[in-house]
This record gives sequence, structure tokens and C-alpha cells, in this order.
Amino acid sequence: MDLTSSPSDATLVDLAGEVAGPEGGPVNPRGTHSRSVPPNHRVVRAPGGIIEFHPDEMVVRCGAGTRLDDLHAELAAAGHEVALPAGGSVGGALAWGRSDVMRRGRGPVRDAVLEIRWIDAWGRVIRSGGPTVKNVSGFDLCRVLVGSRGTLGVMGEVTLRTRPRPPRRSWFATVGTPDEIEPQLHRPLSVLWDGTETWVALEGHPRDVEEEARRVGLDERPGPPELPSSSRWSIAPSRWREVRGPGQFVVEIGVGVVHHERDPDLVSDPLPAPLSFRMVALHHEVRRRLDPFRRFEPDVDMP
Amino acid sequence: MTSEVSTRPSVPTALIDELRRDLGPEVVRTARADLEQYRRDASTFSGRADVVCLPVDADQVERIIAACARHGVPFVARGSGTGLTGGAVPIDGGVVIVTTKLNRILEVDRLGRTARVGPGVLNLDLSRAVSAQGLHFAPDPSSQQSCSIGGNVANNSGGPHCLAEGVTSAHVIAIDVVLPDGTPVTLGGDDPEPAGYDLRGAFVGSEGMFGVATEVRVRLTPTPSDVVTLLADFAEVTTGARAVSAIIAAGIVPAALEMMDTLCIEAVESWLGLGLPRDAGCVLLVEVDGPHHHVDAAREQVVEILNRLGARTVRVAADDTERAALWKARKSAFGAVARILPNYYLHDTVVPRRRLVEVLEQVYEIADRHGVAVMNVFHAGDGNLHPILVFDKREPGVMERVHSAGTEIVTASVRAGGVLSGEHGIGMEKRDLMGLMFTEADLDIQARLRAAFDSAGLANPDKVLPTGSSCGDLGHQPEGTWI
Repeated sequence: MDLTSSPSDATLVDLAGEVAGPEGGPVNPRGTHSRSVPPNHRVVRAPGGIIEFHPDEMVVRCGAGTRLDDLHAELAAAGHEVALPAGGSVGGALAWGRSDVMRRGRGPVRDAVLEIRWIDAWGRVIRSGGPTVKNVSGFDLCRVLVGSRGTLGVMGEVTLRTRPRPPRRSWFATVGTPDEIEPQLHRPLSVLWDGTETWVALEGHPRDVEEEARRVGLDERPGPPELPSSSRWSIAPSRWREVRGPGQFVVEIGVGVVHHERDPDLVSDPLPAPLSFRMVALHHEVRRRLDPFRRFEPDVDMP
Repeated sequence: MTSEVSTRPSVPTALIDELRRDLGPEVVRTARADLEQYRRDASTFSGRADVVCLPVDADQVERIIAACARHGVPFVARGSGTGLTGGAVPIDGGVVIVTTKLNRILEVDRLGRTARVGPGVLNLDLSRAVSAQGLHFAPDPSSQQSCSIGGNVANNSGGPHCLAEGVTSAHVIAIDVVLPDGTPVTLGGDDPEPAGYDLRGAFVGSEGMFGVATEVRVRLTPTPSDVVTLLADFAEVTTGARAVSAIIAAGIVPAALEMMDTLCIEAVESWLGLGLPRDAGCVLLVEVDGPHHHVDAAREQVVEILNRLGARTVRVAADDTERAALWKARKSAFGAVARILPNYYLHDTVVPRRRLVEVLEQVYEIADRHGVAVMNVFHAGDGNLHPILVFDKREPGVMERVHSAGTEIVTASVRAGGVLSGEHGIGMEKRDLMGLMFTEADLDIQARLRAAFDSAGLANPDKVLPTGSSCGDLGHQPEGTWI
């Protein structure tokens, strides 16, 4: 018995054939979104669909082309969830590596990924990671692939960590600032600041949620605030106080993601220091070693 | 052997002289006692340290590695040396960089729930230092009293609480690293979405082969208000394992789910007499934590499940003292091994939870067939098996049997859809078993990632990747290595 193979390998071998193509050349992995692609680039789509889901194992294995809404629905039917955002495809969410506003409690996208089967620049099916939560078997390529924007290979199939959905999850708000509210919260799912109100998501046993909300003085709301979607910054979480209007914004407190309308006055110096020359060189080296032909998303620069 | 080492160093004298001139004899050591101490870790492997450096700050680490790079000399970083796979063993000579003096907790941000620490800070010391602030560092390997945060990063360490809290990688925000060419960089960052690839994630679990960490920024976890610990015993391991799955299937994610089998119970009992039922097939330790009502509800549910699935008794710890006693039983297992036979070999594999029973049965069969005693104490919730092969090494031929049984156990685990190692890492021990889980192409990609960090292959060479994983000759079995 070949221990390194998987039942869905035939599909991945097909995908590898597609990636390799008749004459090689640039490849753009695509999920559900389609941007314009240069004429000499080939678009490759990963297979979709859930391959196996074991709630008692807290893992789900699916094609990278699976629509996130389908995945969320399937998991929800069994009382589970996965720390990926809504909308788009699983592969797309992993390629961007961007979490939704519940990152503080659920963890970042990258920590939901246990195993990825993907196609490399030589058209080979590669297995990285393993199907169990605990795993230190070799180097952690999964972390490198998440957020790599498709520049290192085409994800074909992924195994994700799921969790039982808590019995109650509610959004609250109050006019207090995060400085006043945050220290009183134990392990909030999310804390947001829009310049006027602090928004809090709590989850768990209904009575714990109610008691915590009452103790802190939070008013229940039907959901999170509307997020300005035109731009997104990543800042050190402690810098949230520097974020100001007049433009609309929502800061994820304790995380450091800022959702905002384009407004240059929002903060004076929002972005972290640029990468050092050595870090840029290290990035180029990682990409050069994994895709020496620069076949994957050649127009995307990393970093 | 030792005198041979000191008279025939493979590290050029020029490098040793240079290092000593630069950093002084306190930092750069070649005394026999030092070379002897640092040529091994907690595994059965040992190698040869040619020179041992104990830097006191990041700048010294940088100078040591830069010098090694200039001279083309391999180096091995080590923390407390508690590793069990030979990961910190200088198998073919070279410079050993000991990080134990980089042991300062540099900053604790109580509100932000983060800390900046030197890699030599001990795991438990960090948790103790922040406990008054209601925080702790979640990864808690069994060696937490003596293992270092740097070692936890190198091995992406786990512990009993991974099921709920995840492994080390999930608790590391950024790492200051000296790359193998001697350049310092920061991987990851304080901001949540740093530009570029997640090279922080690549570094965690890279077993010292991507460079040396000089500072780690970690996430701290709020300590739960309520904790309840239960101990159930079952007539059979099989029924105990079924209860584990049933608890998870009911939507409960316990903080810990630990299991001990008969031989282990017996060893602990004859040593400490804690009142564990000696005739049980297994005992299951369940811990649930969190806010008050959650813990209350979960306790009721867990007790109901345990009873329904055939637990003979369920003991709920009434207070912290009883809770500590229950954990003492679990944590004393390794110490108790000596009650059976003088030597043991601890294994570490992970299987999908639903295959636990089947793989456990195979473990017993394999050990039996090789005439070696086996006791199991493990993280059942994670499917993380820790079969302990118990033996007397004076018995002729026993080491070969222990070794063969171990290889078969690892193979059985991978065959059941599991992985080679859950928390100990690959190091030397499982390097040549990597092919069980990975194809040549998989290993080639891993070797390429390593080469991006270390094209000269100087950082902890000959570990993790088996011989012939492309990218040049990244692995060979040196003479003199013993198992």
C-alpha cells in the first residue's frame, strides 16, 4: 500500500496535467472571482466539493474550488464552523489569507489549515502538512502557501480544522471606548471600534454571554457594524488610537486590521516599516526556489 | 572518544580563535566538560561538539553565525536540550550555539496579551511570570519546567492543551531570527497581515534548520475562571477511546483529554499510590475550562457520556488539591516507567481519532511480537499516541527489537492516515522515515524551502530531510552516530 497517496489523487493528477499544460507557460489559479488575465496566461480552476467531513474529528477535506458559502452551509448543518471568511472559494480565501472580523476569537485563516495538496511549478502533486491538528512532520509549507496569492502553486485540495459552533453568539455595542471596555472582557470573539462605539461579539453558553454583556454594560445588536470596504490596513493592534475620521472606519481591536474608506487623513503613518533588503531577498529566494520559471501569477509581486 | 574530539577538531582553529578574540572565553568554550555536555540532547543520539558558544545577546548570536558562514562551518542551536529526536545534536561536529543565556522576559503587554521573550526563557517561567495578570502561555509540553520557548518554536511544540488552544505556531506573532548567512531579520510582525509570505510560519517547526531565533513575540492566553477535572476508568481501552470520540462528537472541546492504559496505571500506582484502579483497562482524564455556566454544563454532559459509554467510575475533582492529584497521576507516568524496567523509548505519532482503537491494538500486537513491554499514556483528544517501549538495555539484542518495534508503530500510524510526529519533531530519529508520509517530490519542495533560507546548508545539517531530498546532498548518516 502506498502510504503517501490519497483517494482523490486522480483528480489532482488531472489538475497537475492542466497546470503543466501542453507547453508550460504562465498560469493563473482562479477561484470564483475572475479578474482579467493576459492572453498568454492560462486560467486553472481547482476541483470543488467536500470530500470528507468528520465532525467528531473536527476536520473537513474539500477541493480548493469549493464555494465557501457551500462549505459553511454543510458544516453548519452539523453544528460546526471553520475560521474562513464568507464568499468566494476556499482556495481564494487561503491564497489571500485574510480573516474576517472574528479573527480575534477564532484565530487567523492560516491556523485553520492542516494539510494542502497542491500542484507545483513542475506540475507535480505535492502534499504539505497532515490531516491532524498536531503535526510536526517536516517543514510547514502550508503556512507559506496561505497568503501567497497563488504565486507558489495551485492549491487542489485542503484539509481544514473545524470547531463546534457555540450555542450562543451575539453582537453588542456600547458608547464606551475600547480602553474602557476591553479590559473587562474575558475572551471576546471580536471587538471593533468605529470611532463612536465599541462593538463586541461574545459567544458560549447563553448565560455566560448574558452575564458578561450585563456586567460590561453592552446593548445587544442584530449584527456587526457595516464595514467600509474600499481599503484595508494592517497595523500593530496598540495603534488603534491613532485611527481617526473624518472618513468612515472600523478597527479590529486586539487584531490591528483597519477597514476604511480611502482617506489619507485617517492616520498619519498607517503602514508598518517596509521590509528590509534582506527580507525582500529572502522572499525572492523562496519564490525562485519554489517557482524558478515564475509560472504562477507572474504579475503579482511578493512582497 | 572525548580526547579524540579535542585533538582532532573539524572546526578550523582560525574560527575558534576568531570567536574567542571577539567574544571572550566565557562565551566561547572548548573545555572537555562543555563539549561533552552539549554533544547530546534528551534523545538516544549523540554527536560531537567542537566548540560551544553561550551568547548573552542577539548581537553575539549574529557574530557567531556570521563567523560560521565565513568559514563554512555548520552550527546547531539548542535551548534546554530536552528534545527527544536528536534535533539539537551536533551529529557531525561543528559549533553549538546554546541560547540558555538569552533568558529574559523583555516585555509583557497585559492589555495586548503579548510578551517579548528571549528564546532561552523556560516555558513554565513565562506562564508563571504572567499568571498574576490572569494570563498564561498556552503551549505546555510535558517538559515545560525545563524546555525553552526557542525550543518550542523550533519544534512547534504541543502539550495536553492543543486540542482547544492549538500548537505553538498559533501563539507566535513574530520572531527575530539570525539567518544562516549571519543577517538578522524579523519574521512576522506586530501587525496582523504583514506583507509577503508567512515566513514566521515556515520558521516555526523548522527544527533549527532555517536560522537561530534571538527573540520571540508570543501571544498570551487569558486563564479561564473555572476548571473542572474528571477521571473515569474503563474495563477496556476500546471503550475509553469510544468515549473520547463521543465527547468531541457532542460538540464539547475539552481543554485536555488524556488517557493511560493498564500497564501505565500499574506503574504510577506502585510508585505513588494515588488510588487509581489497578484493574482498569484505561483511565481517562478530562478537563473542561472556561466561564462558569459553560463549565457546569460541559461537566454534566461529560459525566453523562462517560457513564453511558460504560465508565466504571467517574471521579470529579472537588477542589484544586484533588485536581492536582489527578494531574499528578498523568504527569508522573514517565517517572513511573522505571518501576517496570530501567530503560524506555518514548514514541510520538498522531492518528485520526476514529482510528485510535485500531492503532492501539496494533501497537500492543507489535510490541508483543518483538518481546518488548509497552505502556501507553497519551493525548487522546488529539489522537496523539505516546507508546513507551520499556526494556532493559543490558538484555542482548533488545535495542534492535525496540528499534524495529518503533519503526512498525510509526508505519502503522501513518498507514491509518496519521502523521510521523505530533510534537517531538523529526530530527535524526524519524528523518529516514519521512518517505513513509511524503513522496520524493514533497521532500524536494521541503528541501527547496530550506535552501531558500540556507543555501549553504550550515544550520543544523543532516536533520529532518532524508538523504537524497534533492537540492544537493542535504543528508547523510555520519559515522559514529549511535542509537
